[in-house]
Amino acid sequence: MTTTVPTPTPTPISASPKSIARARRKASRRAFAKQFARSRSGMLGLIVLIVFALLAIFAPLLFPATMLDVTKATGMPYEPPSLEFPLGTDVSGRSVLALVVWGARVSLVVGLAATVLSMAIGTSVGIVSGHYRGFLGGTLDRFTDWFLVIPFLPLAIVLATVLGASMLNIIIVIGVTSWPGTARLIRAQTLSVGARPYLERSRALGAGNVHQMVRHVLPNVMPLVLANTTLAVSISILSETTLSFLGLGDPTAVSWGSILEEAFASGAVSQGAWWYIVPPGLCVVLVVLSFNLMGRSVEEILDPRKGAT
Amino acid sequence: MTERTPVLEARNLQVTFTGRGSRGVARAVDGVQLALHRGEIVALVGESGCGKTTLARTLLGLERPSAGEVLVDGQPLSYSSRDLTAYRKRVQLVLQDPTGALNPRHSVYEAVAEGLRIHGSEVDEGVAVADALSRAGLRPPERFFLRYPHELSGGQRQRVVIAGALVLNPDVIVADEPVSSLDASVRGEILALLLRLREELGLSLLVVTHDLGLAWNIADRVAVMYLGRIVEEGPTEEILRSPRHPYTRALLSVVPEMEGMDEVVLTGEPPDSTRIPSGCRFHPRCPVVVSGEAERLGIVEACRGTALPVLEVSAGHHVACHLPPDSN
Repeated sequence: MTTTVPTPTPTPISASPKSIARARRKASRRAFAKQFARSRSGMLGLIVLIVFALLAIFAPLLFPATMLDVTKATGMPYEPPSLEFPLGTDVSGRSVLALVVWGARVSLVVGLAATVLSMAIGTSVGIVSGHYRGFLGGTLDRFTDWFLVIPFLPLAIVLATVLGASMLNIIIVIGVTSWPGTARLIRAQTLSVGARPYLERSRALGAGNVHQMVRHVLPNVMPLVLANTTLAVSISILSETTLSFLGLGDPTAVSWGSILEEAFASGAVSQGAWWYIVPPGLCVVLVVLSFNLMGRSVEEILDPRKGAT
Repeated sequence: MTERTPVLEARNLQVTFTGRGSRGVARAVDGVQLALHRGEIVALVGESGCGKTTLARTLLGLERPSAGEVLVDGQPLSYSSRDLTAYRKRVQLVLQDPTGALNPRHSVYEAVAEGLRIHGSEVDEGVAVADALSRAGLRPPERFFLRYPHELSGGQRQRVVIAGALVLNPDVIVADEPVSSLDASVRGEILALLLRLREELGLSLLVVTHDLGLAWNIADRVAVMYLGRIVEEGPTEEILRSPRHPYTRALLSVVPEMEGMDEVVLTGEPPDSTRIPSGCRFHPRCPVVVSGEAERLGIVEACRGTALPVLEVSAGHHVACHLPPDSN
């Protein structure tokens, strides 16, 4: 009985377990941040996103809301880029730069909110369908399959039409149409976690299903959820752009998709007004790319096969 | 056998699994009689695939028997979820692989406290966890609270698993190959720990193992299992000194510590539990039958055709074999 291995970081015995646990979690978060900082592509994505987030937050200060009002437009229609209008003007003579900056607000909010919704549904359905074998699990699995094979766009169009055009509805539409992929992934991971002996130990200790799912399965699928979230955000933003471009977005709010839609409808292409089309498109690409870069880095760091905690 | 009521008893226990398709029914546990008394250590020995683990899981209530029953203090185990939860406070499991048995994302403290939290125990959690850890030989316990499993050695992890079982003050611990994934040096320590726990806490232990040497070291009684049934059972000394069943003899003859025994190497694999041979289930591989000795003794027909009850050789020593007791 002489197994006393030296503790690498001696913890003060007097502190309560909870406070040490908190310190411990903080340390592991710091380790994660350090690792993330080392990933060049992840940091690039993060910086681009921070720039967009700042622009979105401070949009009202940079460009007063009146600049979006068609009746108060100061420029001529389709003015090419100039000092007054760095990205030219749109069909009503508004500054495209102001539109794009304001559009970031809607695009980011819708993208993030829809992702949270989709992740919540996908993770719960995935864990439950993976944890319960038999009827419940099978039914949920088929349900996931069913949602997976429905083409996204028609379903989203139908839902958006039925629910009506508003920002909240767009979030709901994207949320409820984009979860099956996540559910699939989480289900697979749940099945693999379910075969681990610690779940058997937990069952033998008398743990119920909820305890097993919340205390054992969830923490072990969480890295996957996080990594998947960043990737899902980009899909949500693209979906928002698509739906807005199809005229299903909130008609009162400017988003990148709605700018593109208006440009397309007003014949910006035949006018050769590239400054009207390229900036919102480029913004979509940049934000989506940044989220993807971050997602890949997070996935790499949290990969359970690499044994990181 | 003593007259006391066993803490845990299997009576005619049968567990079957139906595979997908038409591969038939696997009788993993097929009519097992086994009793575990208070403060007793019983070793359940057998080859891989003989149903040891299934038997252990059924005794823990993790698997439902298809026939027969599990008796707890003489009462049949009830499978209602409330009764099972109460039962799980009393009977704990220690798994073979401590690395897998601990959630990599839970600290030692959380892993040990889990049982208390599940059962909503009203004891002071910190004190109970510290107490369990030090009883499992992790001292001072506070130093281990916030370690994660991957920071511990294999032996320490197994101690954490044992502490997690002890924290609920169980009566019985079922240990499924508790040391087979550990280094030889750590093995001895864990076995000593199990013995000490029996001494100090009056625990009953059912140790599932494929290692007769291990059984020799810690068990009071040994039960030898073959293809879903216990073929010989009795006090360790007696089983090891004068094994009756040819299967037990064969197992013993290949234990390095056993001297003066001719090595008997069994031919073939144990049959599939979906196709259990008729008569004595061991007869296709039995050295006594294969060598023709059974024929000479005139029991070969019985070996091939007559199913066996478990017979009492002497007090507390049971064997399921057609060989006459005096033959050797």
